Amino acid sequence: MGLYRDQGVVLRTIRLGESDRIVTLVTQAHGKVRAVAKGVRKTKSRFGGRLEPTSHVSLLLYEGRELDIVTQAEALDHFKAIREDLDRLARATTMLEAVDQVAQERQPGARLYQMLVGGLRALAARNAPLLVPAFFLKLLALEGFQPVLDGCAGCGAPEPLVAFDLTVGGALCPACARGPRVSPEAVDLMQRILDGGLAGALNEPVTPATAEVATLATRAMEHHLERRLRSVTVLD
Amino acid sequence: MYAGPVQELIDQLGRLPGVGPKSAQRIAFYLLKLPKEDAERLATAIVEVKARISFCRRCWNVSEGEFCEMCQDTRRDPTIVCVVEEPRDIVAVEKTQEFHGLYHVLQGAISPIEGIGPEQLRVKELLARVDAEGIKEVILCTNPNLEGEATAMYLARLLKPLGLSVTRIASGLPVGGDLEYADELTLGRALEGRREVDA
Repeated sequence: MGLYRDQGVVLRTIRLGESDRIVTLVTQAHGKVRAVAKGVRKTKSRFGGRLEPTSHVSLLLYEGRELDIVTQAEALDHFKAIREDLDRLARATTMLEAVDQVAQERQPGARLYQMLVGGLRALAARNAPLLVPAFFLKLLALEGFQPVLDGCAGCGAPEPLVAFDLTVGGALCPACARGPRVSPEAVDLMQRILDGGLAGALNEPVTPATAEVATLATRAMEHHLERRLRSVTVLD
Repeated sequence: MYAGPVQELIDQLGRLPGVGPKSAQRIAFYLLKLPKEDAERLATAIVEVKARISFCRRCWNVSEGEFCEMCQDTRRDPTIVCVVEEPRDIVAVEKTQEFHGLYHVLQGAISPIEGIGPEQLRVKELLARVDAEGIKEVILCTNPNLEGEATAMYLARLLKPLGLSVTRIASGLPVGGDLEYADELTLGRALEGRREVDA
């Protein structure tokens, strides 16, 4: 295929040799791509600050066997508001880490890319505490693990739902209850996030249910990835 | 594959950063051909550096004694401290000949994605110095990349309430570079940090 064009978000970078970096991106048309950016660590590099994590870039890449090579990079958005605020940066990193775990190399998945760009844009516009949990829930849904919230995931019984366990698949009635307890407000909030009411949910004031959803969503994400998300706790 | 000691040498060389099995083999055979004295000089250099060099107790720079050269130099201004990620960065700053204060080496940068947080860095030690040494200004001289910026923001948040001046090195265009190749972020910062021209 040789040279190809794509747009992507930089997920992480690893130092390579004297002055290069391996950049991991999630792209619109080629899924997760790992590419070498030569000389990025030099002060006179023509890539400059464009290939830092969270950067949204348009790229010209040369396809290699293992790793591709970045030949040109143009910034689409570098989310200044995120980069200059430690809290937002921590939240953005958590999203990047989850996407990095979920994305498959060279498996096209435009939806994942769009979700991440949307998530970063929303975070740059407003530092809402519900944003990352909502992103996790949407990501789980995209992966085919949308939690069951409109009835008991164990027996199908309608409300009341009192617990939440992702090994069973969602919220549970008192008879099937296992795993962490959940309040009706939190179930309602999660349901609205997944049913397209995210914008409304983000605008609501923070309640105890927000923190509850945050914990549940992080735990569900970690359960799905079968590993801890390292960036969740680092800056707390 | 090779006689015992040769294979051992290749294996050890192969553990160095950026050295693969082929390079390790090439270096090993170069060393085999080397005169005995030259090879011994290299071996002694490695043994010596491990035996004599440790970290400075004050600033965590590499040091021959308990305190490093910088910290022992009485001509340096102890009220201004430049915070860097690695000892190598001290050398870079020293080359400018623009800084005459002391240093503090964090020995890394905060990287949430790698799971490196403030507790793995020499942050506590920096705070202790601010208390004990009467420091008036801290210059945050971490790398201008995502990890370095996160570290600088984190330190600023801790240090500002202590009532000292906290500054961050400026970002801008490299001397001798071309504007058209500058990335938007750097050029934007250069505009933000523009200054009055002395006529």
